[in-house]
Amino acid sequence: MLSGPHASFVVTSYALATAVVLILIVWIAIDYRRQKARLRELEASGVTRRSGRGVADI
Amino acid sequence: MTLIDLANPTRFLSLTARILPWLAAATAILLLVGLYQAAMAPDDYQQGATVKIMFIHVPNAWLAMFVWGVMSLAALGTLVWRHPLADVAAKAAAPIGAAFTFLALVTGALWGRPMWGTYWEWDARLTSVLIMFLMYLGLIALWRAVEDPSRAARAAAILTLVGALNLPIIKFSVDWWNTLHQPASVLRMGGPSLDRTFLIPLLVMAVAFSLLFVTLHLAAMRNEILRRRVRSLQMMQASRRSA
Repeated sequence: MLSGPHASFVVTSYALATAVVLILIVWIAIDYRRQKARLRELEASGVTRRSGRGVADI
Repeated sequence: MTLIDLANPTRFLSLTARILPWLAAATAILLLVGLYQAAMAPDDYQQGATVKIMFIHVPNAWLAMFVWGVMSLAALGTLVWRHPLADVAAKAAAPIGAAFTFLALVTGALWGRPMWGTYWEWDARLTSVLIMFLMYLGLIALWRAVEDPSRAARAAAILTLVGALNLPIIKFSVDWWNTLHQPASVLRMGGPSLDRTFLIPLLVMAVAFSLLFVTLHLAAMRNEILRRRVRSLQMMQASRRSA
């Protein structure tokens, strides 16, 4: 397992990689919710696509 | 379903909605297996425990270049074939590629301090990767700065293809110049020079990070398609109000 004088460099690397990957996942998830909410608002105000497909079809 | 069918954003949304949960599950499982193997790998006789940094540094460095390659293909799709999803693919990939490049640079620095005695050295490999990171940021800024998506797409595609010239420089910098960064030890003539004890966890992590990229990229492409639908509906709403 992890030992020795350089363990802190290894732990920092893995912690940073975990944080960056989590930030990417959360950012993409929040963006998806935001776009769907905007589409829902537009549909509610009567603006729809020519195809008639709405946010429920996504 | 053929590749041509995927050119249709609606079909793309429908297909990716079905495959994304499976891709996410496969990514999570493979990442856990890779992390377990990385934790169990022995210390290297020269590098000690810092060899474990390689299991995240190398996949991120590979993906930093691979994502730019994907964006370059998408740039050709925008400029030559005017594929409807080409710019969507490139724009969605850029922040993910920038994140991988950032991780490659930082984990490389964290490995370099105990092994080389310095976090940073202006050698050809490190500098060319830093240039690629700055170009990622430049591309993201360009997409945000130009309001008209088609104009932004063409400008970004040209900048992406110019940036692709950096890919062979990054790959061969360790052969062309005398660098502190060691030469290739996996993708090289004559096969990998790594022992299987380190090679297997490294390859598992590389596949796991590649799957992570595919999963995040498809999800980000879906968001970009939705963002463009929102924009077109908002324009439709604005033109109705002004009529």
